[in-house]
Amino acid sequence: MLFGIPWDTSSNLAFAVSILPILLIGLWVTIQATVLGFFIALVVGLVWAALKAAPTRVISWPAAVITEFLRDTPLLIQLFFLYYVLPEFGIILPAFMTGALALGLQYSAYTSEVYRAGIEAVPRGQHEASRALNLTGRRTFTHIVLPQAIPRIIPAMGNYLVSIMKDVPLLSVVTVLEMLNVARIIGDRTFNYLIPLTMVGGLYLIMTLIASGGVRFLDRRLPKTGIPLK
Amino acid sequence: MDWTQYLNPLMQGALVTIELTIYSTILGAILSFAAGIGKTARNPVIKVIAATYIEIFRGTSLLVQLFWLYFALPVAGQAMGIDLRLPPVVAGVLALSLNIGAYGAEVVRGAIQAVSKDQYEAAKALNFTPRKTLWRIALPQAIPEMMPAFGNLAIQNLKDTALVSLISLSDLAFRAEQLRNFTQDSTTIYTMALFMYFGLALVLTAMMKLLERYVSRWRVGAR
Repeated sequence: MLFGIPWDTSSNLAFAVSILPILLIGLWVTIQATVLGFFIALVVGLVWAALKAAPTRVISWPAAVITEFLRDTPLLIQLFFLYYVLPEFGIILPAFMTGALALGLQYSAYTSEVYRAGIEAVPRGQHEASRALNLTGRRTFTHIVLPQAIPRIIPAMGNYLVSIMKDVPLLSVVTVLEMLNVARIIGDRTFNYLIPLTMVGGLYLIMTLIASGGVRFLDRRLPKTGIPLK
Repeated sequence: MDWTQYLNPLMQGALVTIELTIYSTILGAILSFAAGIGKTARNPVIKVIAATYIEIFRGTSLLVQLFWLYFALPVAGQAMGIDLRLPPVVAGVLALSLNIGAYGAEVVRGAIQAVSKDQYEAAKALNFTPRKTLWRIALPQAIPEMMPAFGNLAIQNLKDTALVSLISLSDLAFRAEQLRNFTQDSTTIYTMALFMYFGLALVLTAMMKLLERYVSRWRVGAR
């Protein structure tokens, strides 16, 4: 029994059916961690992208080194670092928050590149034309560059959303009860790992197929010429 | 405890991490080419097998795959009367390379399909067999195109090796966790571990750059 839901070990099928609601509770935690981690990655990544684009090297260079560091070190170690080190500095977060923060920080390094690439992909001629039309730098960015960059940014971000979802099982090491952890607990108690772990694999496959279908749909639907902000 | 005393055990762990990275990158590269070429094949059976493999291993989480191979596969084996208990090293390398191979396969497929159509037509006109076209015409042009993506995947693989510590392989992540339990000095130990992984990643990036230069050496005015 887990979360007050009993399981039925009379047959394989009955067992699979009886643990499905338990796994779905875990899946809900997985989704929450994915969404929170993704949100942190989007916001922090934007900060990195802005810092890396700063005109002085004093700002852009450290930002580039930090993002490289975040990208090149394992999420697992970053997670342990935050989990054990933050409390030493008096920052005590619930395990779920620490996990989402670790996910968000690691992926902020990736999203910052997406922002940068999306903005740099706007053709030079667009900047020159804005200049010829006497638009201010600010207006050029908000009315010309951003509307054209956004359709390039969104599908790439969607792919990272899927990646984050696949990294959520790591949070189980800091006691977060996401889907894989729930499946392991069921396995530990019933000595049957095959059914719960296979079901987790299947549920993941369904989730990623839906998510990548959504990304492809967005990619096809987004106007390539740009999205007006007003 | 002084930080220098952590160096020795962490270094031992780093060696295991390096070994795992080498084995799984090589096996992963072989799987990438097998499945990537398989997906471009005309034979529908080969195509479906390759596509299914790629979809399953890209669509699920690496940790789920690792736990499945380590915890669930023996149970499945028992049901069939075969002993499928894998030692942690085998389960770890297998999970890592199957996972990275599926990502690599998409890179290989993309690069092969990006070789211009004229090249295939010219090969046909010169009476090349399909096999010869692949080996002599398509791959030499496609491989340099794959290298930047392969570089990223190699780094990804290095980072992913940390997960095998969860099935009790004594790699760098495992040693760091062990030291922390022993000394409670989390800040120093995990900072050192992070920098060691970062150092390994920089070395790996440099090696992939060299490999990229080697496979594109035939290009006129090579990069």
